[in-house]
Amino acid sequence: MSTAVALLRRPTVAVSLLYIVLVVVLAALAPWLSPFDPSEQFIEGLSMEGAPLAPGDIYWLGTDLLGRDLLSRLIYGARTSLFIGLVANGMAVLIGTLVGLTAGFLRGWLGSALMRFTDLMMAFPALLLAIALSAIFQPSVWIVALVIAMVNWVQVARVIYSETIALSARDFVAVERTLGASSLRILFSHLLPHLLPTILVWATLGISTTVLLEATLSYLGVGVQPPTPSWGNIIFESQTYFTSAPWLVFIPGAAIILLSLAFNLVGDALRDELDPTLQGRS
Amino acid sequence: MKRTALSLVIAATLFTGPLLADELVDANAKNGGSVVVTYQNDVATLDPAIGYDWQNWSMIKSLFDGLMDYKPGTTELVKDLAEDYSISADGLVYSFTLKKGVKFHNGREMKASDVKYSLERTVNPKTQSPGSGFFSSIAGYEDVTGGKSETLSGVEATDDYHVKITLSAPNATFLHIMAINFASVVPKEEVEKWGADFGKHPVGTGAYSLGEWKLGQQIVFKKNPAYFHTGLPHLDTITFEVGQDPMVALLRLEKGEVDIAGDGVPPAKFLQFKNDPKFKDRMVVGEQLHTGYLTLKTTLPPFDNLKVRQAVNMAISKDRIVRIINGRATPANQPLPPAMPGYDKAFKGYAYDVEGAKKLLAEAGFAKGFDTELFVMNTEPQPRIAQSIQQDLAKVGIRAQIKSLAQANVIAAGSAKDQAPMVWSGGMGWIADFPDPSNFYGPILGCSGAVDGGWNWSLYCNKKLDADAAKADAMAKPEQSAERIALWSKIFTDVMADAPWVPIFNEQRFTVRSERMAGGNDLYVDPVHVPVNYDHIWVK
Amino acid sequence: MLTFIGRRIGYSLLILLGVSLITYLLLFMLPADPARQIAGRSATPEVVAGIRAQLGLDLPFYQQYAHYLGNLLQGDLGRSYIQRSEVTELLGSRLQPSLELMAAGIGFELLIGISLGVIAALRRGGIADRLLTALSFIGVSAPQFIAAMLFLYFFAVQLEWFPMGGYGGLKHLMLPALTLGLLGSGWYSRMVRSSMIEVLHQDFIRTARAKGLSRARVVLRHVLPNAIVPIIPMIGIDIGVFMGGLVVVESVFGWPGIGQLAWQAIQQVDIPVIVGVTTICAVAIVLGNLIADLVIPLIDPRIDIKKH
Repeated sequence: MSTAVALLRRPTVAVSLLYIVLVVVLAALAPWLSPFDPSEQFIEGLSMEGAPLAPGDIYWLGTDLLGRDLLSRLIYGARTSLFIGLVANGMAVLIGTLVGLTAGFLRGWLGSALMRFTDLMMAFPALLLAIALSAIFQPSVWIVALVIAMVNWVQVARVIYSETIALSARDFVAVERTLGASSLRILFSHLLPHLLPTILVWATLGISTTVLLEATLSYLGVGVQPPTPSWGNIIFESQTYFTSAPWLVFIPGAAIILLSLAFNLVGDALRDELDPTLQGRS
Repeated sequence: MKRTALSLVIAATLFTGPLLADELVDANAKNGGSVVVTYQNDVATLDPAIGYDWQNWSMIKSLFDGLMDYKPGTTELVKDLAEDYSISADGLVYSFTLKKGVKFHNGREMKASDVKYSLERTVNPKTQSPGSGFFSSIAGYEDVTGGKSETLSGVEATDDYHVKITLSAPNATFLHIMAINFASVVPKEEVEKWGADFGKHPVGTGAYSLGEWKLGQQIVFKKNPAYFHTGLPHLDTITFEVGQDPMVALLRLEKGEVDIAGDGVPPAKFLQFKNDPKFKDRMVVGEQLHTGYLTLKTTLPPFDNLKVRQAVNMAISKDRIVRIINGRATPANQPLPPAMPGYDKAFKGYAYDVEGAKKLLAEAGFAKGFDTELFVMNTEPQPRIAQSIQQDLAKVGIRAQIKSLAQANVIAAGSAKDQAPMVWSGGMGWIADFPDPSNFYGPILGCSGAVDGGWNWSLYCNKKLDADAAKADAMAKPEQSAERIALWSKIFTDVMADAPWVPIFNEQRFTVRSERMAGGNDLYVDPVHVPVNYDHIWVK
Repeated sequence: MLTFIGRRIGYSLLILLGVSLITYLLLFMLPADPARQIAGRSATPEVVAGIRAQLGLDLPFYQQYAHYLGNLLQGDLGRSYIQRSEVTELLGSRLQPSLELMAAGIGFELLIGISLGVIAALRRGGIADRLLTALSFIGVSAPQFIAAMLFLYFFAVQLEWFPMGGYGGLKHLMLPALTLGLLGSGWYSRMVRSSMIEVLHQDFIRTARAKGLSRARVVLRHVLPNAIVPIIPMIGIDIGVFMGGLVVVESVFGWPGIGQLAWQAIQQVDIPVIVGVTTICAVAIVLGNLIADLVIPLIDPRIDIKKH
């Protein structure tokens, strides 16, 4: 509780949380909040020559290259970005924690095999791997989330692994062991609670990287499939127009940066509050 | 294959009178000067047996020559390396006499044996040429592709300057085939010297020779002073810069750093250029022999039902699609583009009629519509066009899910029996290899292409029309030309009765050149030397 | 020490082997047929089958991979399906531009990161510190393609300070390198800041100040060298992150490097090139980590290599 209060006292965190809440509300209430159907291609949404409309009275943020309302697409796009951010990162943290914990706690051949595999995945250029994976599995929102999770779990596993090793060497675990506690008991009542802050920090920071990766994949045309709007594929579809209709690129661009920034700031503040080794240093 | 091959402007006439090379030279042209041309994609190879890209097609034409060519800026066949030719009465034997004294860039004279070698090399499976199939009418073709022989029994070099080519069946398009890049004459010794790297060290008889090639950056062509068409080419050097975004290329062109933007005008810039008087006469417009179409897999329910296919034809608003690509195309109603001989002006096709489409669907038992998939290539503007089609289909109850994939994946899925019920052809669409309607039938609508791995993505196979097509292509005599074209015209309108496709639009082509570039506008949207005829353009 | 180096190198090779195996397996599963692409649209099924056999694409996976490995040992990465050139030649021609961009990009990262980190640490808690921290956060939160388009829009289209992209001299290099450098500098500046603060608190610094040495001298001679040590392994890890950035930045700026090659190859399913690029990237990443591992003990003898 005190942590939460301490966090909210920081103005950056308060503002970040406000933005995250805003995006969550937009995503949740998209059908009621968005002025138009995000997929409706309005005849009058394009100029006679087929150019998109600039921000104005009817379409507040202008229209895209198919005559769809950009604001409505942004609002619905928030759903995609948040969904992938939460689901993909949730999976990544879960896989990473499982691998890191197993490797660090059990050690032995299984442990080292797992960590060797983690090293192997670290050597892959992440973006290339993600592109190749989404080419194999024809992309849908779930596939994109899965692909991102398969790329992003590695770092979590490394961190959890070294923390588990460090914790296992600590006195209280040794004491428990000599007292005859079972492995499972040590795992659940001692290691996991101590790992929880780290997991929480990564669960927050990771959303930021996930949002960025989703946007990049969609921007390259291998992410979320049209006509489902995502902030990344709005930019992909509009990129050829970016010198003459920059709002089509920079408004969704700003939305991506802000969301990623917000999760980054909150995650960083969480780390400051929760990580005892950093206490009082920032 | 990709953004490929020839596009053609006006009606082709097959058999033209003799035309001397020198008559082709622009009398006002100034010689000398260097120009800069840009492309976005890398030039893969300059090997005439292999190159099949937008950017290398015309470059190869300037490095190499074939027996036949086209009059600059037109689709009129003329003799090139051939001094003369004659055709036997049965249409099976073509006898070519070669020009004397034509030299390769390495100084050796081009002989009849080089012609024979070059054709055999293209056909040989070891060369892995994408153009091998064009030569299937030459006697002995199957023996070479089947690996039984290395030599084509139908091609004979009777002496140094005479080549006799025997066909297994009459083929009205054979002279066109002798003019495509894959029939270019190459020197054996250079091919053997470089092996698989010949495409990086091309040696031909063409107007230019390769000066320098910095992989992934630039290619420099220099004038061939010993070119056999005297007075050509006009330019001293051409520098091709690759890896240049089309948008960037145009901005550099406005600054005077670039003379020709090879990839044309991207949509965003297009409207600006069109509406700016300064650029009006610098942007050259040409029609091309291109049709963008939607295939409906005729073997896969519910598209096995003719009424469903007709309903889809009536449900799509082609005018709106043309508008979202800024009016750079005209709506289509039949497979052939308007500039192709055989195009039926009177044919109306299926008009846009949402209520009619709904009625047909109800009659077919799909009053509530159905779910299906639409495959499309994942580069702009293709997914956008697919979304427009998707919305139109939704209005009649057809719920199409878009699968936007890399080109190779779409091609692989296209011909599979159980996949890709609908494919939007954009980015892979059919641009004619030569100006003849037959080129729009066989691989994309005929039974031969309706196989796994083929390009007939509707898997449409009408045996009667196939027989008609074979009949038309056997009409090789000049006096049968009009009858032949009329037959082709009927074949394509008959195809539409079965509605395996929704023809969407015919794309136009735009080239922007700098102020100092001269020569007829036709040269900048040359139907054969796509995109630009480098041999004939000059600098003021 | 020697056995340590030997073991690390052997281990790195093993990782590379694994990377090539996985890449090859992924591409094997890809639903596209290279033979069909090569053969073109006028090809008969027999011609396609002939090409497939020539390329060995009709063999089972383990044979194809063994064949590939055998060639790899002789330095042969195969031939591109689309470009028909040796993959080594294609990679070779694009290595230099990518290395230039990488050197300039990492240079900017370090320059911006370290100087901002130092300033922030010295002005800790002040406005400059807050501003720089905010900046570094924005840097790590911005996707490269948006930053690249933004820079292109302002500095090239609007202000016309730099060319719109393409390869060439220093002017062409500046914008893409700055994009990579600015975005990447955030991590460095935060690390430098916190390690500077840590070092500033240590006894020997207090002693040095107490001995009457000037603040500037202490910072430059004693604090900075110690604060930079934790950054060195970061550079090694950074190379991997950088490789992903190259794909995006090179395609936005039209820079003829490895990243652009990779992107084109992926679009055309040019398998030998994709495997080649992935291998090169993995080599760079593994090498970066290896050098970092080997260099740290030399700089900071307190770190015991036996623990690794």
